[in-house]
Amino acid sequence: MILRKKIANIKEEILNKKKILIVDDEPNIVMSLEYTFKKNNYEVFIARDGSEAIEILKTQIPDIVLLDIMMPNVDGYQTLEHIRSDASTKNIKVVFLTAKNKVSDIEKGLALGVDKYLTKPFSIKKIMTEIDELIT
Amino acid sequence: MNSYVLIFIIVGYLLLLFGIAFWAEKKAKNSWVNNPYVYTLSLAVYCSAWTYYGSVGIAATSGVSFLTTYMGPVIAFPVWIVVLKKIIKISKQHKVSSIADFISLRYGNDRFLGALVTVICVLGVVPYISLQLKAVSETFGIISNNPINSSGTIFKDSTFYIAVLLAVFAAFFGTRTTDATRRRQGIVFSVAVESVIKLVFFLGVGGYVTYFLFDGTTDIYNQIVISEDFETLTTFDSLESGINWYFMIALSFLAIFLLPRQFHVSVIENTNKKHLKNAIWMFPLYLLLFNVFVIFIAWGGKLRLEDTANPDYYSLLLPLQNGDVSLAILVFLGGFSAVISMVVVSTLALSTMLSNNLIIPYGFLDKFSRSRPKRNANYIKNIRRIAIFSLILGAYFFYINFNIELSLFSIGQLSFVVIAQLAPSFFIGLFWNRGSSIAAKVGIITGTLVTTYTLILPFVLDAIFGDMNFIVYGPFQNELLRPYALFGIDFLNPVTHAFFWSIFFNSLLYLGVSLSFKGNYRERNYAEMFVDSNYNSLQENAFVWKGEAYVSDIRKALNRFLGEQRTERALNLFYQKYDLPKNAKKADARLINFSEKLLTGSIGSASSRILIASVVKEQPVSLIEVLEILEENKETISTNKFLKQKSDKLIQLTSELKKVNEELKHHDKLKDEFLDTVAHELKTPITSIRAASEVLLDNQDMSDELRVQFLDNIVDDSERLTTLIHNILDLEKLASGREMLDKKINNLNHTIEKAISGVHTIAEKKNIKIIMTEMQSVFSVRYDEDRIHQVLTNLLSNAIKFVEEKKGIVKISSKKIKNYIRISIEDNGKGIPAEDMKYIFDKFYQSKNQNVKKPVGSGFGLAISKQIIEGHNGRIWADENYKTGARFIIEIPD
Repeated sequence: MILRKKIANIKEEILNKKKILIVDDEPNIVMSLEYTFKKNNYEVFIARDGSEAIEILKTQIPDIVLLDIMMPNVDGYQTLEHIRSDASTKNIKVVFLTAKNKVSDIEKGLALGVDKYLTKPFSIKKIMTEIDELIT
Repeated sequence: MNSYVLIFIIVGYLLLLFGIAFWAEKKAKNSWVNNPYVYTLSLAVYCSAWTYYGSVGIAATSGVSFLTTYMGPVIAFPVWIVVLKKIIKISKQHKVSSIADFISLRYGNDRFLGALVTVICVLGVVPYISLQLKAVSETFGIISNNPINSSGTIFKDSTFYIAVLLAVFAAFFGTRTTDATRRRQGIVFSVAVESVIKLVFFLGVGGYVTYFLFDGTTDIYNQIVISEDFETLTTFDSLESGINWYFMIALSFLAIFLLPRQFHVSVIENTNKKHLKNAIWMFPLYLLLFNVFVIFIAWGGKLRLEDTANPDYYSLLLPLQNGDVSLAILVFLGGFSAVISMVVVSTLALSTMLSNNLIIPYGFLDKFSRSRPKRNANYIKNIRRIAIFSLILGAYFFYINFNIELSLFSIGQLSFVVIAQLAPSFFIGLFWNRGSSIAAKVGIITGTLVTTYTLILPFVLDAIFGDMNFIVYGPFQNELLRPYALFGIDFLNPVTHAFFWSIFFNSLLYLGVSLSFKGNYRERNYAEMFVDSNYNSLQENAFVWKGEAYVSDIRKALNRFLGEQRTERALNLFYQKYDLPKNAKKADARLINFSEKLLTGSIGSASSRILIASVVKEQPVSLIEVLEILEENKETISTNKFLKQKSDKLIQLTSELKKVNEELKHHDKLKDEFLDTVAHELKTPITSIRAASEVLLDNQDMSDELRVQFLDNIVDDSERLTTLIHNILDLEKLASGREMLDKKINNLNHTIEKAISGVHTIAEKKNIKIIMTEMQSVFSVRYDEDRIHQVLTNLLSNAIKFVEEKKGIVKISSKKIKNYIRISIEDNGKGIPAEDMKYIFDKFYQSKNQNVKKPVGSGFGLAISKQIIEGHNGRIWADENYKTGARFIIEIPD
C-alpha cells in the first residue's frame, strides 16, 4: 500500500512535473539555474543558443522557456519569433532573462510577445517566484 | 577735245551708273548682285584716283615707294580677314553703321568719342576727297585742252559741276532709308562695276604703253636703264628710306581697316561672311594686277614726255601724245570711275557718321523725340543729304584753296596719318578689355595734335605763306621742336615722321590712361563684349541696362523713328523669339537693349542710348552690382568652366562629408554596441557569481563535489571580471598616452617563443599547430617586451580562436627588412570578411564570425595591439590579399 502510494505519488509528481527550457550561452549561469529549478521539481532542458533551443522544441513542449537574448548564431529575439510562429509552440510561456535592460530592448521583447522580461544580474529566488506566478 | 563733249560723255557715263545702280537695287537678292566677287570688287574702292594716277607719278619720281600703298593691304590681308570677321560679327549684332559708331560703342556708347571719331574722319577724308576732285579737274583739263582756271568763279569751273553731280548721285542712293545699317546694293554694285572699269582701262593703257609704244617690257627696261637716275628709282638708297618704306606699309595697313569707306564696304555692306573667303585671295590679286604696268607707264612717260609734264598723268598724256584721243578718254573714264566710287562711298560713310554721331546726338535729338515718325525719317535723310553736299563742296573748296599746289600722293598720305590716329583705340580696344573711353579720347586728341604740329601746320605754312623758317629752325629757334625732326629724329620723311610720333604718343597715352582709369560698368561691359565676340550677352540679354521702363514709352520712342508698322513688326518678332507675354507693362532689360539696338541703325548708338535713357528710369548701379555684372559678363565659357569646377568640388565635398558622416554614424553605432558589450560582459560574470553564491547559500545540504564546482565557477568569473576591467583600463591608458612604454633592447625570437608557449596549452587542447617559420638568427630590437608579448599573444590567441579544431595551423615569422622588423602571423581559418576589414582595429569591434560560441575577448585585443604598435612608431594591419585565412602584419622600426 505504501509502495503503491509512493508509486502513485511519483506518478503524480512526474505528471505534474513542470518542464522548463533554459537557453543561455553562459554555462556558469545555466548551472545555478539548472540546480535551482531541478530542486524545485522542474524537468530542465538546456540549450546553449537559439538553434539548439529550436532543435529541442521539436521533441519537447516545455511549460516555460527561459531565454537569454545575446547569444551567438540565433539570438533570443529570433528564437522567440520562431516559438511564436509555430502552432505547436506558440502558447509556451517565454521569459527573457537578459543583461539588456534598455527601454527599447524591453519594448522590442514585449512587441515580439514575450510574457515576462527579467534582467541580469538576478536573484534566483525572485526568478522562481516570477516563474511560478506565470505558470499557475 | 571740246569740253562740252567731254561733259556730255561724263553725264552719259554717270547716267549709265545711275541705271546700273537702279537695276542692282531692284535685284538686291539676285546672285548677280549678291556674290563674293561683287564684295571683293567693292573693296577695290581702296584704289582711288590716287592709285590710278598717283602711283605712276610716284614711280616716276621716287621709284618703288608707290608699292607701299599696296604692300600694306596685301601683307595684312590674312590678318585683316581674321580681325574683320570679328568686327563684322560685332557690327551686325549691334547694328553698327560706321567706324565712329563702332569705336563709340566699344567704349560704352560714348557720345563724345563718336563725335570725335567723326571729326577725325572728316578731317582726314575731306582733303582726300578734294584730291579726287583735283584729279578729275586736272584730267578734265588735259583732255579738253583747257589749262586749269583757278582764278575764275566756281560757276565757270567744270569741276564744280562734276562735284555737284557726284553729290546728287551719292545723296540719291545713299539715303534711301533712314536705317544706315541697311545695305545699299545699288551703290555697292556700281562701285564693283567701276572697279572693273578702272582696272580694265588701266591695264589697257599699260598694255598700250608697253607693247604698242614700246616693244614690251624688256625694251622699256633697256632704254630706261641707261638714264641717269635709274639707280635711285629702283633701290633703297639708305637705311632711312628702308625705314620710311616700312612705316608707309604699316600706314597703309591701318588705312585698309580705318578709312571710313573701307570700313563701310567691308563691314557695313557685307552681306555674307563667307564672302571673305573669296576676298582673301581675290583682293590681293586685284591690287597686284593694278600695279603690273605702273612702273612701265612711269618709265615710258619719262622716256617719251618732256620733263615739264606732270608724271601723275603719264597714262593720259602718252596716248594723247600719240593722238589716241579715244583711248585717253577711256583712261579718263577709268580714273573718273575711281573718283566716283571713292567720293560716293566716302561721303556716304561720313554723312552717316555726321548725322548719327555728331548732329543728332548733339542737337536734334530733343526735337526728334517730340516729332512724328515720318517727319523724323525725312529729317534724318535731309541731314545726311545736306552732309553729303557739304562734304563734297567742302572738299571742293579745300581743293580750290590748297590742292593745286600739292601732289596727289602727299595729300593722300596726310589723310592716312590723320585716320591712323584711330588705330590704337580701334585695334587695342578690340583685344584688350582694359582700354577705356577716356584713354581713347586722350590718345586720339593727342595723336591728332601731334599730327597737326608735325605735318599739317608746316604743310599749311609752306603752302600758304611760303614760310620755311618754322620748318628749318623750329619754333623759338628750338631745334628739338622742329616739326619735321621732332626730338632730333631727322632721318624720316615728314609723313613717316609724323606717323611715328603721333602714333607713339597716341598709343602711349592710350595704354597709360587705360591702366590708370577704369571705365564705368557700362563701358567695361561693352569692352568685354568686343574683346570676346563669342560672348553671348551680345544678344538682347546683356545686363547693360538696369532700371525700369514702360513698354508703352519704349514703343512710343520706337514709333517716332521707325514708324508704327516697323515697330510692331520688330516687337512681335522680339516677343516671339523670347516667348514673352505681349501685354507686359514693364519692359525687361532685353527689350530695352533690343530697342536701343533697333534705334542705333537709324540715329546712331550714342543717340539711341540717350533716347532710351530718357524713357528708362535708370537706377544707380552699386559697386556690388557692377562686380556681379562683370562676373556675369566675363567670358561665359570660362565662368561656366569655373562654376562647373566649383560644383564638381562641391559634389566631391558633399560626398566626402557624407562619407565622414557615415563613418561617424558607424563609429557611434560601434560605440553603442561596445558599451552594450561591455555592460553585457561585466554583467555576465556578476550574474554568474551572484547566482552561484545564492545557490550555495540556500542549499547547505548540497554535495561537496557540487559545492566545489560552484565555488570554482565563482573564482573563474571573478577572474574574468578582473581581466575585463584591466583591459578596459589598459586601452584607455594606451589611447590617452598616459602609459609610458618601457623600451629596451630585447631578443625578438625570445619574445616570440615566450608568446607561443603562453598559448601553447590552449592550442594543444584544440589540437592546433603553431609553427615558427623563417626565423632569422638572433636579432635584437628595441621595444617594450611586455607590451609586444601582449600583442603577439593577442594575435596568436585570435588565430587559435578562428581556426578549426584539429585542422588549424598558425604560422608566425619575423624578418628584418631595411630598417624595420616585420612580424607576420597567419592562420588557415575563415579569414576576415571584407566588410569587417575596415573596422577590425576599432576598439568597439567584435567579429561576428568567431568559431566559438562566445567571444572570449570583448573587442579589445586588436585595438590594444594597435595602440601598442603605434606607440612603437610601427604599423599593424591585416593583409587584404591573403585569402586562405587571416594574416596580420606588424612592422616596427629597428
